[in-house]
Amino acid sequence: MSPKLSMDKLSVGCVAMPGGSLVYKTGAWRSMRPVFKHAACIGCRACELVCPEGCVFENPQEKHVLVSSKEKSPGEKKREIANRDFDPDYCKGCGMCANECPVKDIDMVPEVK
Amino acid sequence: MARQGKQEILEGATAVAHAVARCRPEVVAAYPITPQTHISEELSTIVADGELDAEFVKVESEFGAASVVLGASAAGVRAYTATSSQGLMLMAEVLWNMAGMRLPVVLACANRSVSAPLSIWCDHQDAESIRDCGVIQIYAEDAQEACDQHVIAFKVAEDRRVLLPVMVNLDGFLLTHVFEPVELPDQAITDKFLGKYEAAFKLDIDNPMSFGCFTEPDKCMEGRWMIHDAALRSLGVIEEVSANFLKAFGRNAGGHLEEYKSKDADTILIAKGSICGTIKDVIDQARDKGRKVGLVRIKTFRPFPRAALLAALRGAKQIAVIEKGGSFGAGGVVTPEVKEVLYDAGLHIPVSGFCVQIGGREVPADGIAEIIERVSKGEKQTAYEWFRLKKELLPDLVPND
Repeated sequence: MSPKLSMDKLSVGCVAMPGGSLVYKTGAWRSMRPVFKHAACIGCRACELVCPEGCVFENPQEKHVLVSSKEKSPGEKKREIANRDFDPDYCKGCGMCANECPVKDIDMVPEVK
Repeated sequence: MARQGKQEILEGATAVAHAVARCRPEVVAAYPITPQTHISEELSTIVADGELDAEFVKVESEFGAASVVLGASAAGVRAYTATSSQGLMLMAEVLWNMAGMRLPVVLACANRSVSAPLSIWCDHQDAESIRDCGVIQIYAEDAQEACDQHVIAFKVAEDRRVLLPVMVNLDGFLLTHVFEPVELPDQAITDKFLGKYEAAFKLDIDNPMSFGCFTEPDKCMEGRWMIHDAALRSLGVIEEVSANFLKAFGRNAGGHLEEYKSKDADTILIAKGSICGTIKDVIDQARDKGRKVGLVRIKTFRPFPRAALLAALRGAKQIAVIEKGGSFGAGGVVTPEVKEVLYDAGLHIPVSGFCVQIGGREVPADGIAEIIERVSKGEKQTAYEWFRLKKELLPDLVPND
């Protein structure tokens, strides 16, 4: 019978149950921080998909209005798009979201206090 | 107690393979390397013949072999591999992981010189160079002991107080390829002695878990300390298991040390492995001439049996350590550890280190006799001497000197 595993103590062999990352926060490794500008975002979700930590998420409570810049389609509606944001407990500042964003709506800025 | 079973004339490696099969590992993975090859070759035959219900995994390298047995052990089964020299070097990273994940894998190392220069013959530098990784290391003197030590190895490794890999060392060629009378461990007794392996933790899709998890600096040190603690605790377990082995099988194969005529000796030699056979012959001759000489044979090298060594060496007037290895740029490997034991006890017994039999060069009885002679005469302590180095073979090492 396996001894009980706990999140607070090490086990023999440093064996861990799933979910250990919930208490092991790794965001302090970050030296650069993404800034989601919520201006040009078209809601393509590329940032969510490429994030190696899975810590970019949609915040349906906060939306921004995307205004089409194409004058030749005057009838186009203004679209409301949910904001994307990141979880600072896990984001390591790798910048892949900013690099992949097709509308350059994410800036990487130095993480300073 | 002592039961006499059937002795057979077997090649060392073949005998080891059959002894391992009687321990019933469920996964064996190995890659051929001289002089280990006969162990894994014979085991693959035993599995193919249906005599052992195990999975024999053919791998692409020793890194693969070690990784397969690591995974098998993590999945909760008894697992075994064997290697030598370069193969052990390739396994090194995995061995650290096995020890850290506390997986009771048993492996054999057919001790062989490490390249370069390329040599297939025996010395102990392969095993000694991974002494720090948390793998328990025991050394056999003959084929019988190599067989018996495998049974002991599984028992010690799987003990919940230990849970560390154990490596049985047997000298390449000198033991792997020698034909000796061997009594294989009896199957019924071995089954009873070892029992079925029950893992403390195991990989299970219904109860997922990860092994050897990431630790930040706030926890890693404690994770490593547990390896050290378990290795030290294994000293007691090795004694206990060896005593039980003696009771069950009637043979004394384990323990920390063998003390051969050393109780009243003024001059004590220290060595491990098959060279001790030669040393014992020379000691017998010296004893016939009235010399008080003895041998302390190290059977357990990791963990280092400090207390047992101190007790065994306390009465000596001078000590010679016969090494089949060393640490380039420093000196001996065993010699400084012996000195540390004595120094910590406040004993100032001269300890000389002699590096012999590197790359399989034979050290004949007269070489051992010469060492005994020199040390007994009270010759000044040498930290580490390359014994009988052929200086005439060396080029001019420093030009224009």
